[in-house]
Order: sequence, then structure tokens, then C-alpha cells
Amino acid sequence: MDELSELYQQVILDHNKDPRNFGILNDATHIAHGHNPLCGDKVDIYLKIQDGKIDDVRFNGSGCAISKASSSIMTTILKGKTIEEAKELFEKFHKAVTSDLDDNLDIIDLGKLAVFCGVREFPARIKCASLPWHTMMNALESKEVVTTTE
Amino acid sequence: MRHSIVIKDKKPIQEIKVIGFDVYKIREDFPILSTLVRGKPLIYLDNAATTHKPQIVIHNVSNFYATYNSNIHRGVHYLSEFATRKYEIARKTIRKFINAQYDEEIIFLRGATEAINLVAQTYGKKNFKEGDEIILTEMEHHSNIVPWQILAEEKNLKLRVLPIDDNGELIIDELQNLINSKTKLISVVHISNSLGTINPIEEIIRIAHSNNIPVLIDGAQSIQHLKIDVKKLDCEFFVFSGHKIYGPTGIGVLYGKKHLLESMPPYQGGGDMIKSVSFEKTIYNDLPYKFEAGTPNIVGAIGLAEAIKYFESVGIEYIMNYENQLLNYATEVLAEIKELKIIGTAKDKASVISFVLKDIHPHDIGTIVDMDGIAIRTGHHCTEPVMKHFGVPATSRASLCFYNTKEEIDQLANSLIKVIQMFS
Repeated sequence: MDELSELYQQVILDHNKDPRNFGILNDATHIAHGHNPLCGDKVDIYLKIQDGKIDDVRFNGSGCAISKASSSIMTTILKGKTIEEAKELFEKFHKAVTSDLDDNLDIIDLGKLAVFCGVREFPARIKCASLPWHTMMNALESKEVVTTTE
Repeated sequence: MRHSIVIKDKKPIQEIKVIGFDVYKIREDFPILSTLVRGKPLIYLDNAATTHKPQIVIHNVSNFYATYNSNIHRGVHYLSEFATRKYEIARKTIRKFINAQYDEEIIFLRGATEAINLVAQTYGKKNFKEGDEIILTEMEHHSNIVPWQILAEEKNLKLRVLPIDDNGELIIDELQNLINSKTKLISVVHISNSLGTINPIEEIIRIAHSNNIPVLIDGAQSIQHLKIDVKKLDCEFFVFSGHKIYGPTGIGVLYGKKHLLESMPPYQGGGDMIKSVSFEKTIYNDLPYKFEAGTPNIVGAIGLAEAIKYFESVGIEYIMNYENQLLNYATEVLAEIKELKIIGTAKDKASVISFVLKDIHPHDIGTIVDMDGIAIRTGHHCTEPVMKHFGVPATSRASLCFYNTKEEIDQLANSLIKVIQMFS
């Protein structure tokens, strides 16, 4: 697989075309707004947390295929997870997109997140993939600030 | 395959031919144009961001450090005198190039951005008072918005904005309505970096002057595409950056009418901008040194002068003719891609084409065409108000110059078709 098709894997193109959990969550308990001033990507993350567990999650906004797919896949993974698990997943994702190219990543452990390993080849696009995750972390901490990737 | 057009094999819409101008020969002057990017020949279509440097500029920059590196204006030794002479000759070269009357009207700065900041913080600070107004346009680069906003906040000024229409042209009829007794300056971009529109600055200057309003022209995108004659334009200020006209980065020029520059307080204090210093009183130096505090970008100025000499040796008439044909060709070729919409369709345009491809995000487009060795710019191009006007978060932009070829445009079109296929 060449670098390009590794970045734009079918899964990513599919989530871009048909994003899951897209829209506003009216009964959200935690909300954060993310913004990448470089390319204008905007993402809002809505979390409904009860008893330390993410009962529901949605995202809204506009962005490139990588950021949209990252948001979409993130929401499918987070549903039903505890806050602790969500934080662990963030770490895992972060490692997947920022580790050295030579590092052998544990693809099985990464699960659905493995599709983002290709982003490592494109340093300018790491922010696209990581914006929703950073925004989600801010939502968890309920920071009422705009997350930027700058 | 959904797309039946394969541009590579089809007959060209038109030939690009300028007698006396050979683009393939020109390309040999630019070493970077023969490098490979991701294993493919570089197709550089990001000239509005920065232009490449001809060998003669690269040589003169390295030659400065290799043979006469020294500080200027103070040493009595050979190298310093030689460097001083080269630096001042560079100023003359630039003065002649834009047809200013006096050498001291050419101030060397870091670039167009610093030049606008200088005018805001010296001319503006001295002459504008609470309630005064500055007219900008909707298509300004952030660098011709933010310096005025900073000043407006400090002094409680009002910024008024001349709107654009859906072709990306200024609605010039509105200008008179924006002007009143409080209008103290019109600061306008000559060519839009995100739309390519060439603004009717002669008309703007005429209207401004008939109301006794000075005009600043942001020439960051026009210096490399049009013949600039500041005397004929009669603008009060004209600013540009060296790296956009095939010179080094970190050097740019503020042109200002002499009597205005003389009346303006210094921008920064330091060495070179003073005549004498004591703790009681400092006497400032004359123009242009008053505005060139500290050791300037000596090699930048020398490199810029070489770039301008090179540019003139190619010939501005040839360049304008060729770039115009290139623009027409690119516009026609890209218009054949039915999913593509050009943003900025002014009648009078420079070779800058902004576009959107259906709902495919420009960032994705940029990454994918990059794999074919094609460099385009994607994003808001530091013109967020323009993006807002057209209701898009960002565009892709191909900005062409005289070393680009018809074949490169064909390659871009082919690559864009690949993008569409990937996302369909």
C-alpha cells in the first residue's frame, strides 16, 4: 500500500462520506469546541456522562476527510467507555499518530485506531486527526475554551 | 470510470506563445525546479506564497558571505565600504524599478507586513485621533487588517470596509459613500492573494486624492506581476516583500513620499537611525536611515536587487504577456472539470486561481496532489473575510508565475481528477 492509500484508507473515506454520531447532542453534560486556525477545521464534541461513563457522544462541525473520519471513529469507540478508558484511548491514539515511523505499533491493540497510523507520514496532517481527540479531552475536563491545535 | 476527460491526451485549448520568451530556458535559471519531490518532478504552483530564486540571486547571497561580509555605514575598512556601496546601490536599483523620485524614499524592512506596521505605528500614531476612520477592503490580507486594528484599539479609530461582489471585484461605487471628513487613510491591496483580482488602484487613488486622503498600496502580490510606477500612481505609500519577486526572505520595502517619511517619527530606536546620542537628547538620522535601526538585512537587500535585475532582464512585458496566457489556459483547463468551481472571477486578474472541488476539503486536495509532486496552497490564505464572503472555510489555490508551464497545469488537472475519483 502506498503512503497515500494508507492515509486515505477505505475506512476513513467511508466515515468521511457517512459520518457516525454527527450532530448536536441536546442533553450533553460536557461540551468543547475545537478549532484549527491553519485550515479552518472546526469540531464541537458533545458528551453525555453519567456515573463516570460516556452514555452518548456526538460531534458537529466541518473539516477535512481526516478530521471528520477521526471524529466519527472516535465517537463510535467512546460510546459506553468510562472516563478513565477514554483517557487511555486518547493516549493510545496520540501514540498512533505521533510515534516515529520506525516504531512498530501494536496494530491489534490499536484496533479501530490503527487506520490513523498512516497520518504519521504526513506531519502537516497530524493536527487534522488529533483535533477531535484534544477537543474531547477538553470536554471531559469541561474547559469552556476553544481548543486550538496551534 | 466516471470521468471521460483525460486532459493529458487532448488537444490544447490554445498555444501559449510569447515571441522572445522561452519558458524552458528560463527554468534552467532556477535550480530548485529540477529537484524531485516524493520522487516526482516538482510542480510548484504556490508562487503567491513565495517564489523560487534564480541562480544569480543564490550566487550573490552566498558571494556576500564568502567575499565581503561586513557591517555597513560605519567601518572605514575596505570590506565595510564595499558592502555599504552594494547596499546603497541595491536601494538605487529598487528606486529605479518602482520609479520613485529619491533613493531615500526606499526603506529596507523585513517585508510588506513590517512596512504596513511601520506606517500604522508612525504615520498613523502621529496623525490619527479618536474617531478618525481608515478604509480597507473586504479582500485584504490579514497583514493589512491587523496592524490597523491594533492602532484602532489604541486610538479608538474606526475601520470601514469596502465590500467585494461575487466575482471578487471591489464594489468601487461604494467608496465615495464610505469617505467622510474623518477618513484619514485608504489602505488597499493591489492584487488579492486569494482571488487574484487586480484592483483599480488608479481610480481609488484618484477618488482618495480628490478628498485629500492619502493611500497605501499593498503591493505584495503585484510587484512580481505588474509594472509598478509609484510616481505615476502618485500613492503615498507602497509596500512589498522581496521573496515574492524572486529575492530572499526577510527583506522588503516601504516606499513613502519623502515629505511624509520626513514628518513621521522613528519606528524603532537603535544604532544607524541616529545622528548623535546623549542621555539628554538624541538627534535622529535622516531618511532612509531614520527607519533602519540596527544592522539591516544587508545581504537581503543585495539579493533583492539582484532578483530585480534578473526580473528586468527577462522583461516585464514578456512576463506579463506569458503569465496572462498561462492564466487563461489554466482557467479554461480547470473549468472543464465540472466539479471544480473557481473562486474569484474578476475581469482583471493576475495568475492566481482559487478553487473548490465539490465538498472535498482543500486540505485533502493539497495532500493528494502533493503525492504527484504538485505544490498548491490550501487554507484561508490569511484572508478570512474573503472566505466568509464566499461561504467556504478554505480554498485550494494554484498561483502561477513565468517559470510555470502549460504541461504543469495539465498535470494539476489530471491530479485533481484523481482526487475527485478518490472521493466519489
